[in-house]
Amino acid sequence: MATETHTEETFSPAERTEALEDILTERGLVDPKVLAGLIRNFEENVGPMNGAKVVAHAWVDPEYRARLLADGRAAAEELGFKGAQGEAIIALENTDTVHNVVVCTLCSCYPWPLLGLPPSWYKDPAYRARAVREPRRVLAEFGLELGEGVEVKVWDSTAEVRYLVLPQRPAGTESLSEEELAALVTRDAMVGIATVPAPGS
Amino acid sequence: MTVEAPAAELQGTLAPPRANGELVFAEPWEGRAFGLALALHAGGAFTWTEFSTTLGARIAAWERDHPPGEAYPYYRCWLEALEGLLDERGIVDREQTVDRAVHHRERPAGHDHTH
Repeated sequence: MATETHTEETFSPAERTEALEDILTERGLVDPKVLAGLIRNFEENVGPMNGAKVVAHAWVDPEYRARLLADGRAAAEELGFKGAQGEAIIALENTDTVHNVVVCTLCSCYPWPLLGLPPSWYKDPAYRARAVREPRRVLAEFGLELGEGVEVKVWDSTAEVRYLVLPQRPAGTESLSEEELAALVTRDAMVGIATVPAPGS
Repeated sequence: MTVEAPAAELQGTLAPPRANGELVFAEPWEGRAFGLALALHAGGAFTWTEFSTTLGARIAAWERDHPPGEAYPYYRCWLEALEGLLDERGIVDREQTVDRAVHHRERPAGHDHTH
């Protein structure tokens, strides 16, 4: 074989990941079964439907709502949602006069147990920079026009603190069950770039 | 760390993550690199804050300097953060990963070799 100088750049990320996984498995630092389970779990089970259940429960149960606003992590755990990047969760209540929006300017911190992994726009450098500087314009670009009387609050996530927006319950949903309400709640509404539309609107 | 799997309750009207979002991983290696960091954290190799800080620094470095027009490579930054942290901690040296990758490339030619 010809002598070549190999560096990390010589190899694709897929090759490097495979090499790393191989070494870590050999040394017993990673169990392949645990690894497969973690990945499958994030692909299949952890996602915005978890946060949607928390929101819907808060809409129908005022006591739960109060607990959620007091301690987001404990309230999420009550419904069985816990895990990495869920160490401290703060729920932010949207009202007629306050609209909350979440960003992570540093990287892409996100409340995984409740929302799964972040979408690409959340990780995008443009969103991360502009959400803080000109939130109203960013929201308008996402199709959310807020009235003059609504204050926009931007929350910058950190490795220690993650945020979940508690959107307002749409009008005309009095007769819906908790499950039906949960189905209305979108990921975008829980990050704060959208509101929850009334059914059929 | 625990990552619970509340799978049984997630049927019916509650949409799976793919329906209410986008594909979680664009390529299989992204999922594996992601899972490796979680598994190592679960095993106590590093704290999550340490990993996040390394990832943030890696992303900032990409933002400062990258080829014009290159799409934001989030999971490549993730992998580089993981490689960097493991190297720094003396858990897996960069050279070892490169050696293993070299070995993997040679596999197809080497594997049925008889002498």
